[in-house]
Amino acid sequence: MKLKQTIGTSRITPYVFIFPFIASFLIFYLYPIISTFIMGFQLVYPGQVEFIGLENYRKLNNPEFKVALKNSFRYTVYTITLLIPLPLLLSVWLNSGNKTVNTIYRSILYVPTLISVVVAGTIMRLLFASSNRSIVNTIAIALGAEPRQWLLGGPSQAMILLLILALWRWVGVNIIYFLSGLQAIPDELYEAADIDGASPLQKLWRITIPLVKNTTIFVTTISIFGGLAMFEESYILWAGTASPNNAGLTIVGYLYKKGFQEGEMGMTSAIGIVLLLIVFTLNTTFLKTFGFFDTEGRQK
Amino acid sequence: MRPNLRLSRKSIIKHIVLVLLCFVYILPLYSLVLAAFRPGRDLLRYGITMQTLIPTGMNFATVKGLYTIREGIYFIWFKNSLLLLVLQASLALFFSSFVAYGLSVYRFKGKKAVTTLVIFLMLVPIQILILPLYKLMITISLMDTFWGVFLPMIVSPFAIFFFKQYIDGIPRDLIDAGRVDGLNEYAIFFRIVVPIMPPAFSAMAIFMSMQSWNNFLWPLIVLRSGTKFTLPIGLNTLLTPYNSAYDLLLIGALAATLPIIIVFIFFQRYFIAGLTSGGVKG
Repeated sequence: MKLKQTIGTSRITPYVFIFPFIASFLIFYLYPIISTFIMGFQLVYPGQVEFIGLENYRKLNNPEFKVALKNSFRYTVYTITLLIPLPLLLSVWLNSGNKTVNTIYRSILYVPTLISVVVAGTIMRLLFASSNRSIVNTIAIALGAEPRQWLLGGPSQAMILLLILALWRWVGVNIIYFLSGLQAIPDELYEAADIDGASPLQKLWRITIPLVKNTTIFVTTISIFGGLAMFEESYILWAGTASPNNAGLTIVGYLYKKGFQEGEMGMTSAIGIVLLLIVFTLNTTFLKTFGFFDTEGRQK
Repeated sequence: MRPNLRLSRKSIIKHIVLVLLCFVYILPLYSLVLAAFRPGRDLLRYGITMQTLIPTGMNFATVKGLYTIREGIYFIWFKNSLLLLVLQASLALFFSSFVAYGLSVYRFKGKKAVTTLVIFLMLVPIQILILPLYKLMITISLMDTFWGVFLPMIVSPFAIFFFKQYIDGIPRDLIDAGRVDGLNEYAIFFRIVVPIMPPAFSAMAIFMSMQSWNNFLWPLIVLRSGTKFTLPIGLNTLLTPYNSAYDLLLIGALAATLPIIIVFIFFQRYFIAGLTSGGVKG
C-alpha cells in the first residue's frame, strides 16, 4: 500500500532506473542482432547492398567452415568432459582438511585465470616451441618419445594444445564454482551417511554429485558458451595467422577471417546467426531440461 | 587406530597430487618470470628450455626494454589499459547497480520480461556481434577511440544480475524507512542502498577490472593506432609467426601480469565473491 502511494507520484521511476539497460540493449545488442540478421541475406558492397536470400548460408556449406564447426564442437565437448569432473573432484578435496593449506592450493590453481590470453598463449608457444631443447620436447625426449613441432602438427595436436591451455586457464574458476556449491551442502547429510556406514565413493555419488547439480548445470552452460565462442586462444597460439590445415580454426575464427580479413560482410553475418542459434538452442534446451528456469522463477 | 591410519595415508596421496598439480600450474608463470630476463634471440630460437628455468645468469637489463624499445611505447599502453580499466569499471558499477536496483525493488509492467532478458543476454556471445558493432562504431565515429572500447561494455548483464541478487537480500524496511523520512527514490538508492553495497561493489570492481585489463578481441577491432593500444593489443603486435620481438614481449607480459597477481594476493576474497554470485549456489 505504502509502495503504491509513493510510486504513484512518479510512475516512471522504475523505468528511469532500468533505462540505461534498455538503451544499451537497444543500441549494443538488438540493433547489432537485427542488422546481422538482415545482412545475412545480403551481398554487401561498399555503398550498396543486394538481397540474395539464403545464398550466404548456402556458401557456408564449404569444407573450411565444416572444419571450423568440427573444431569448435570437439573443443566444447572435450572441455566439458575435462573441466567438470576434474574441478569437481578437486573441490571435494579442497573442501575438507586444513583450511589454510586448502586456500593456498586453491589460490595457486586460480592464478592462471588472471593472466591475459595474450600472455598465456605466448608462454604456451615458448613451452611448446619446435626446437629439441624446448621444455616440452626435452621432457618428451626424456620419456623416449619423438620431439615434435607442436604448433605445426595436425588437428589432434592442435586440439591437445588448446585443451592444455584451457585446463591451465579454467580449472581454477570451476573449482571456485564447485566449492561454493559444496559449501551449501549441510554437514548433517555427510554425518548421517557416516552413521549409516557409507563409503566415500557412495557419499560422492549419492550426496555430493546430486546436490551440486545446479552448479554443474551452470558450469556446463558457461562451458558450452565459452567453448563454441572460443577464438582468442587459437588466434594467439598461431600468432594471428592460419594454423596449418586450419587445425586451430574455430567458428569465431572463421567469422573473424571472413569479416575482418576478407570483408565478406554477408557471409560473416550468416556465420554469426548460425553461432547464435547453436548457442541459444543448446543452452536453452539444456537449462530447460534441468529445470534451471524454474529455480530462476522464484524471484518476487 | 586403523581407520585413522588409512585416513592419513589417503590424505598423503591427496597432498602429493595437489602439490604436483600446483607445481605444474605454477610452472608456466615461473617460466615467464625467468624467461623475461633472458635474451630474446635465444627464446626465439629454442623457446623456453631447461636452462631458462634455472635461476642463474639472468639479465635484468631487459627491464630497460620497457623504456627504450619503440621510444617507451610500452608505458603508453600501460597507461591506456589503466585508464580504460578505471573508466569501464566505474561506469559499469554505477550503471549496473542502478539498473539492478530498479529491477529489484519495484513492481512495474515489463519487469519479468526485462529480468529474463538480462539473464538471456548473459548467454549471447559478444563475439557474434563484433561485425555489426564494428559497423556501428564506424557510423558513430568511435573507431580508434576509448569510448568505442568501453561504451558497449558499461551495462553488463552479468553485473546487473549480480547486483540484483545482492539488493534482493537487503531488508525492505530499510528502503521504506527512507521513504518515511521523505527521501525520494533516487536519494534512497544513493544514500541508503549504495552505502551498504561496498562488498558487492568491491567484488564486481575486481571482476570488471580483470575483464577490462585482459579484454582482447573487442579492443583489437576498435583500436587502430599504436599509441591507443592497450597492453594485450600492444603485446599482441609483438607476436608474429617467425620473428616475434620476444625482448619486449616477455618483460612486457611480466610487467602486465604482476600487478594483477599482487592485487589478487591482497584481495583474494573479492575475486572469489565476484565469481560466486548468489545465483549459482547449491
